[in-house]
Amino acid sequence: MHSGYLDDLGTVLGQYDVLAAFWVNIQLTVYAGIIALVLGTLLALMRISPVPSLRWAGSTYVTLLRNTPLTIIIVFFVLGMWGQLGFTLGPDFPTNFFRLSVLGLAVYHAAFVCEAIRSGVNTVPRGQAEAARAIGLGFWPTARLVILPQAFRGAVAPLGNVLIALIKNSTVAAAGSVAEASGLMREMIENSSSVILGIFLVFALGFVVIVVPVGLATTALSRRWAVAR
Amino acid sequence: MRRGLLAPALLAAGALALGGCSSDDDSSSDDNSSGGSGKIRIGIKFDQPGLGFQDGSSYTGFDVDVATYVAGKLGYDEGDIEFVQSPSAQRESMLSGGQVDMIFATYSITDDRKKVVSFAGPYFVAGQDLLVAADDTSITGPEDLEGKNLCSVTGSTSAQRIKDDYAQGTQLLEQPGYSECVTALVAGQVDAVTTDDIILAGLASLPANKGKVKVVGNPFSEENYGVGLPKDSDKCEDINTAIKAMIDDGTWQELLDKNVGASGYKANEELNPPTPAACS
Repeated sequence: MHSGYLDDLGTVLGQYDVLAAFWVNIQLTVYAGIIALVLGTLLALMRISPVPSLRWAGSTYVTLLRNTPLTIIIVFFVLGMWGQLGFTLGPDFPTNFFRLSVLGLAVYHAAFVCEAIRSGVNTVPRGQAEAARAIGLGFWPTARLVILPQAFRGAVAPLGNVLIALIKNSTVAAAGSVAEASGLMREMIENSSSVILGIFLVFALGFVVIVVPVGLATTALSRRWAVAR
Repeated sequence: MRRGLLAPALLAAGALALGGCSSDDDSSSDDNSSGGSGKIRIGIKFDQPGLGFQDGSSYTGFDVDVATYVAGKLGYDEGDIEFVQSPSAQRESMLSGGQVDMIFATYSITDDRKKVVSFAGPYFVAGQDLLVAADDTSITGPEDLEGKNLCSVTGSTSAQRIKDDYAQGTQLLEQPGYSECVTALVAGQVDAVTTDDIILAGLASLPANKGKVKVVGNPFSEENYGVGLPKDSDKCEDINTAIKAMIDDGTWQELLDKNVGASGYKANEELNPPTPAACS
């Protein structure tokens, strides 16, 4: 390290909009998170449904998507769907790549959301489903009124883990040509390699600042919402 | 039982992580520290055809050939050279960490880099240029990029220059590597790929791309490729002498033609061959 390292780092950081780059990661996370939650819940319902073909479809989806590297999924959406098949989701490059990457992140994390919710379903004692059936409720009312409300409360902690993974995985969108934090980090290192360690630490710290509160919040919520039995 | 498994698992994970950083040159750095001075480790790119490229167990390209020539003048046979992969973002740390002795990897000399490493050379002056489809006559320079789609590598200087200077009406696709960009160009998704002209020439010289793409040949920046050395290295003068000799005896031109000539590319003659700058 040379003298004035911190001064140099400060100058470098002043030249770039680091916060804007992290904001892109947060946007990716929020949009992909919402889609993944909806899709994952549907998948979980399929996997606990009494219809064998739906159960099969649900578990096939989870097995396939959960075992495919995220980078490959993102590259498939951007270079495959857009590049080869001409599928577009926006008027210009940035919007298009952003939405395609959100979709890629969502379909991947939906598999994990599904399994988190299924773990929540497993916290609901079997007798409750049997009791619901005994009073004449079908599958859908049983799931909606009895199982899922308790399952979500039981699944807060694992869902929080999925969310944390999603925040960090949002950097993979760089492979899909989305200008986010990890891409900006590369750019800064390319131009200012003399302060490479400092740049790296700033970005690592940025993710800590985003992830730690999420972890604390989901832990607190999971305690608060735990079903007392 | 659980505790007994955790520690080895953490150790294994740590070893993997460290291994990932230092790639496969651990054994060689051990050799060196035990006094084996007959070897030299040279950092090159492994993924740039025509410049630094790993082809099975051998290495090809202009950077590789220049490195071999310079190492020869410093008294190292071809057998004494060990080529190590040095990706752009790791070049400075590999030099200051002693994992390589010198770097020939499309390494532009910049003031910021001079703060942490030393440079000999330049041995080539490249310039940012455009690679377009072979039958494209509408793009002859950066001013024709209005309304066109462009591809470059995430975070690279070339991508930044396009964003800063030519952003109006130009859309940029950023990819992890140049080969992905050429794929998008050949597929027709982008109109041009942009980076240093010699890198584009190397890509265009690949048998798979021959006849499909061409370098425009209107460079709009100046990149001085130097030999990266650890800060305050004593080899700088000798390397500069070797580079001068290489240019004077015609080897420089010969190596350039051999590696990137197939694309029809000619180096910018106003700036090439360069005169190595004085060592600081």
